[in-house]
Amino acid sequence: MSELFRFDDVSVERAGRRLLDSLSVSISSGGVTGVVGPSGSGKTTLLRLCNRLEVPTDGRVLLEGVDLAVLDPLLLRRRVGMVFQRPALFPGTVADNLAVAEPGLGEAMMAELMERVGLDPKLLSRTADDLSGGEAQRACLARTLVTGPEVLLMDEPTASVDPSATGGLEQLARSLASHDHSVIWVTHDLAQLRRLAERVLVLIGGRLRLEGSLADLAAATTPEVRAFVSGGTDAR
Amino acid sequence: MRGDVTPIGLAISLIMVAVAIGISLRQRLGVEWSLVWATVRSLIQLLVIGLVLAVIIDPTAPLAWSWAWVAAMVVFAALVMQRRAPEVSGVVRLGLVAFATAAVLTLGVIFGLGIFPLEARALVPLAGMMVGNSMNATIVTARRVVEELRDKRGEVEARLALGQPTMLAARPYLRAALRTALIPQIETTKAVGLVFLPGAMTGLILAGVEPVDAVLVQAAIMYLLLGSVAATTAVVGLGMVRRLFTRDHRLRPLPRPVDG
Repeated sequence: MSELFRFDDVSVERAGRRLLDSLSVSISSGGVTGVVGPSGSGKTTLLRLCNRLEVPTDGRVLLEGVDLAVLDPLLLRRRVGMVFQRPALFPGTVADNLAVAEPGLGEAMMAELMERVGLDPKLLSRTADDLSGGEAQRACLARTLVTGPEVLLMDEPTASVDPSATGGLEQLARSLASHDHSVIWVTHDLAQLRRLAERVLVLIGGRLRLEGSLADLAAATTPEVRAFVSGGTDAR
Repeated sequence: MRGDVTPIGLAISLIMVAVAIGISLRQRLGVEWSLVWATVRSLIQLLVIGLVLAVIIDPTAPLAWSWAWVAAMVVFAALVMQRRAPEVSGVVRLGLVAFATAAVLTLGVIFGLGIFPLEARALVPLAGMMVGNSMNATIVTARRVVEELRDKRGEVEARLALGQPTMLAARPYLRAALRTALIPQIETTKAVGLVFLPGAMTGLILAGVEPVDAVLVQAAIMYLLLGSVAATTAVVGLGMVRRLFTRDHRLRPLPRPVDG
């Protein structure tokens, strides 16, 4: 597996608060990388750095060895798609939503994308507001896939959907990861992390506390990581 | 025509303000002191402005004084806009450009085409109408743009994350803000003659001008007003979007103002 993202001594500060503190880490391509940590630990900030919705105050982020600062952010975001914590569907039908990502997208392509995320293509004509939480999040994923991204940033995508939809989304992420997508999945749910990820980054208080496999996480001896792991799903 | 309102008449007109204060006290709305302050302040402002205007629009006074007055209006309108949209940097310059452009273009048409003779008596009130109406609409635009983008940040960032550039990502929210700001002016234009008779037309008819001529003058003013409001709101709306996003297509943080 080759290096996908590299964070070189990256810090992010906003309104006098340090959200990420001197982060240096590599994320390799392929599979699912889980980013875990308690609320406010900088997980979402790390994710937003990957598609330049956020920029570092210090340090630099590289994608396949190229500094993101020199890449066109609009092209970058089509390569690095993002699904947010809350499904953010736009007014209109599901088809209208997919067309936002690619105005000339044909019906056949839309139907294929819907099937890929496990949604009935008949839902394309449905008003986005009428979808359930799980359907809405799948529709957001379909919309993200329109641009053909190599990387998928998933920011706690199951946080606002019911438990029955959670399993489906996790399965979808694993399936996409096995089909040439690199998935970076942010969660504070350790059980979910164990179900999904092959590689793990643990962030606590804006600092990287662990980088490794699930086995490394289980064997961690760092007190902060131990406290987080033994604190359950959310050591807030 | 002399004004017929005596100090007693003015005092009687304050009865409605007293009623409003009474309602505020009874319903505990907490706006009684704001009402008192607004009333006192407006009275003092109008008296002072009346005295200054008397000097400025005196036929023997140089026209440059009237232009200076117009310039002061433009600056004041820009400062009011800044107060209403403090979270946006550079909003004063944006307001100055928008209001000055609107004033120059509309007054240029009014006086350039000879709709009114270029004299202080016409220049000051017409500029006041143009800048005043534009100011109200642009303040609504400025506030609505900030609120739309702040409240719908999730949607906006989802659009940016799909690779949409700033202007495309902001367009639905800018459109909503412009619509809100323009609707009062559009409705006023639609209702003219049915609901109310505009002041300029009424004044001209009372002064003995043929009604059809008065209507034509009023129509020209009204269309210029509509155009000036539309142009300033568009300039301010687009300018706000440019200031609220970074050059690399990110929405800047928009913290909520602290109440109180």
